[in-house]
Amino acid sequence: MARKNMIEAIRDALDVMLGADDNVVVFGEDVGYFGGVFRATEGLQKKYGKSRVFDAPISELGIIGAAVGMGAYGLRPVPEIQFADYILPAYDQIASEAARLRYRSSGEFFAPITIRTPCGGGIFGGQTHSQSPEALFTHVAGLKVVMPSNPYDAKGLLIASIEDDDPVIFFEPKRLYNGPFDGHHERPVTPWSAHPASEVPDGHYTVPLGKASIAREGEAVTVLAYGTMVHVALVAAQETGIDAEVVDLRSLLPLDEETIEASVKKTGRCVVVHEATRTSGFAGELIAVVQERCLYHLEAPIERVTGWDTPYPHAQEWDYFPGPGRVGAALHKVMEA
Amino acid sequence: MDPHRQLSLHVPEPSSRPGDQPDFSYLKLLPAGGARRPEQDCPPQDMHDLAFDLVRVLDDEHAAVGPWAMELDPSLLLRGLRAMEKTRIFDERMLMAQRQGKTSIYVQCRGEEAIACGQRLALGPHDMCFPTYRQQGLLIAQDFPLVDMICQIYSNARDKLGGRSLPFFYSERDHGFFSISGNLGTQFMQAVGWAMASAIKGDNRIASGWIGDGSTAESDFHAALVYASVYKPPVVMNVVNNQWAISSFQGIAGGQAANFACRGHGFNIPSLRVDGNDFLAVHAASKWAIDRARANLGPTLIEWVTYRAAAHSTSDDPGKYRPADEYAAWPLGDPIERLKQHLIALGQWSESRHQAMVEELGAEVKAAAKQAESFGTLGKGPAPSASEMFNHVYKEMPPHLRRQRQQGGV
Ligand SMILES: Cc1ncc(C[n+]2csc(CCOP(=O)(O)OP(=O)(O)O)c2C)c(N)n1
Repeated sequence: MARKNMIEAIRDALDVMLGADDNVVVFGEDVGYFGGVFRATEGLQKKYGKSRVFDAPISELGIIGAAVGMGAYGLRPVPEIQFADYILPAYDQIASEAARLRYRSSGEFFAPITIRTPCGGGIFGGQTHSQSPEALFTHVAGLKVVMPSNPYDAKGLLIASIEDDDPVIFFEPKRLYNGPFDGHHERPVTPWSAHPASEVPDGHYTVPLGKASIAREGEAVTVLAYGTMVHVALVAAQETGIDAEVVDLRSLLPLDEETIEASVKKTGRCVVVHEATRTSGFAGELIAVVQERCLYHLEAPIERVTGWDTPYPHAQEWDYFPGPGRVGAALHKVMEA
Repeated sequence: MDPHRQLSLHVPEPSSRPGDQPDFSYLKLLPAGGARRPEQDCPPQDMHDLAFDLVRVLDDEHAAVGPWAMELDPSLLLRGLRAMEKTRIFDERMLMAQRQGKTSIYVQCRGEEAIACGQRLALGPHDMCFPTYRQQGLLIAQDFPLVDMICQIYSNARDKLGGRSLPFFYSERDHGFFSISGNLGTQFMQAVGWAMASAIKGDNRIASGWIGDGSTAESDFHAALVYASVYKPPVVMNVVNNQWAISSFQGIAGGQAANFACRGHGFNIPSLRVDGNDFLAVHAASKWAIDRARANLGPTLIEWVTYRAAAHSTSDDPGKYRPADEYAAWPLGDPIERLKQHLIALGQWSESRHQAMVEELGAEVKAAAKQAESFGTLGKGPAPSASEMFNHVYKEMPPHLRRQRQQGGV
C-alpha cells in the first residue's frame, strides 16, 4: 500500500496490466519515450519495450482505428487520446466501429480496448483543453463510459476496464490528477496524500464497472455527480450544512440505477451536477431515470447544475465552472421547495 | 475587376456522359509484359516507375508474357477461373433474388472478380482480409459455403449474424474475412492495426486491407498510409480503382490529378499499379506484396485498375450518369474471358468444358439459393427472433438492456 496521486495510480494500473497480460499494449501521442504529457505512462516504455508502449502519429482516427484492428487480432490495446477535446476525429472509429463490431459480427470480432483520455476544466484550458464530452459517448450503444474521481477508483476502474472485453472510454478528470479539487480555486491545492482515497493497494485489484459508490452518506438530498464534481458536491454539502448524500456514479454506462433509486427514495430530493454543457447533457438522462423510478418519492423538482450552453471560455473559467456556490444554491433551492 | 483574373473552381468531369461515346483515352495503358518486376527487397524509392506503369501479364494473344509471368500450376489457374465464374453466377442469382423481394439490397462485383479471387489464392489460410462490400470473391475463392452467405443475405432464421446486419455484410473470422462495416474506409486503418498486432506478437500472419477509389478520399486512407509507413507492418493495401464511386467518376476522388498508386510515394511505401482484369497479374502482384510483407519488409500499396461493370447496387441506375455501353469499351476487357482464353491457349481448357462448368456452377448456386430459401427470406421469413436485436451489444447483457428486452416483449 502506498499513497499515490491519480496520475501515479493510473500509471500503476497500466504497469500492473502490462505485466500481467502480454496482449496489453499502450500507445498514443507522446506516450512512449516521453511518458505522456501528463506523465501517466512515464517509464513504461523503458520497462516493457517499444513494441508494447509506443508513440503514435498525431491522428486520433489512426490511433483508435489501429486499436480496433489490434483488438480484432486478439490484443488488448489501451490507447490514449491526449485531451478529450481531441477525441472527435476518432468518433467514427469509436461509435461506428469499436462500439458495433461485436454486434455486427455476432461476437466473432470485438474491441476489447480502453481509451484513456484526460477531460474536464478548471485548469484554464480554454475551449479545447477543458471539455467534458461524455454525453457524446453515453449515447452510443455498445460502449462503456467510466470516470473516476480519486486515485483508488482510478486504478481499480482502469484495471477493470482493460480486462473488460467491451470498449471502454475512460475519462480522467485532469483537474484531479494532483489533488482533489473542490472548486475553491482561490485556495491552495491540497495534494492527494491528505485524502484517504490516495491509499492505493499494490498489485492487482479492480473496482467493478457499472457500480456507483456513496461518497458521502446523507438523509436530506441526493447529489448525483462524477469526476471533479464529486469533490465540489462534497464541499457544498459541508458549507451549506445540508445533509446531502453524494453519489459518485463512476460508471455512466452502464449506469447503476439501483444505487440512484435507493438514494433518492431515501432522501426525496435530487440535484444532478456535471461540468459538461446542459442541453442534452448526461444530467438529462439522470433526471429521466430518477423521474421514472422515484417520481412518487420526490418532494421537490430535480435541479441540475452544469456548465453553461457555451463553448468552454478562458478568462471566464470560474464563471463557467459549476463551483460550490452554484451547487450550494441548488441544494438550498431543493430543500426549500 | 479584371474578368481575366477572376478565379474559377475546377470540378472534374468524366470523359463521357450518357449518350456520349465511351472514352478511356485518359488511361495510360502499357502493353503486357512491359512493367519490370523488382527484387523482393527493392527499396520503395527505386521502384517509383511502377506506380505509373501497369503490371500486365496476359497479352492480346492470351499468352503470359514478361517478368511478372510466373510458373503457375494450371490447376491454380483453373481454380481461379472457377472462383471467378462462381462469383459472377452467385452475383447474378442474388441480383435476381433481390428483384424478387427475397432481400432488400444486393451489390455485385461484376468485372472485378479477378482481384479478390486472385489475391485470396495467393494469401495463406491464417491471413486476415479487411474487405469492403465488393470482395465476395474472397469467400467464394476458398469454397466458402454459399448457403451460409445467402442465409445472411436473406436475413433468415439461419443467418449467423442474427438479422442484425445488412445483406452481404459478412463476418467470417475463421476464413480470414473481417466483419464488413457500412462506414467507408474504416477497415483500411484497422487492417494496418491488425498487421501491427501481428508484428508486435512476432507472428507470421499478414493483413490485407481493401478500399475503393472513391473511399480513398476518406481520412482513414491517409491515416492508414501514415501508420503503414511509420510502423512498416505486414499489410497489403489494395485500392480497387473501378473508375466509379456510385455516380462519381474517380476524378472526383482526386484520380484525375494523380493515380492512386502514386499516393504511396509520399510515404515511401512501395506501390504497384496493376491490370485488375488480368488474373495472372493479380496473383503475381499479390504474391509479390504478400511475400514482401511476410519477409518483414513492410507494406505495399496496390492500385488495381478495373471497371465497375454493374450498377453500384440494386438501388442504383448507372444509365443516369455514364454511357450505357461503357463497359463494352473498357480496354482491359473481362477478367473471366481473358483467363479462359489463356487456358484455352495453353491447351488446358475449352469452350465446351467452360460451358459445362458454367452449367454445373449455375446448378450449384441455384441449389444453394433454394436451400437457403427453405430457411426463410427477408419478406416472408422465418426471420431471426426479435430478441436477437438485444444480443451482442455487449459481451454480457447489462441491466438496462435486459429491461428493454422485457419491455419490448421479446
Ligand atoms: C462514410 C460513408 N460515406 C458515404 C457512404 C455511402 N456510400 C456507400 S458506397 C459509396 C461509394 C463508394 O465508392 P468506392 O469507394 O469507389 O467503392 P465502389 O462502390 O466503387 O466499390 C458511398 C458514397 C458510406 N457508406 N460511408
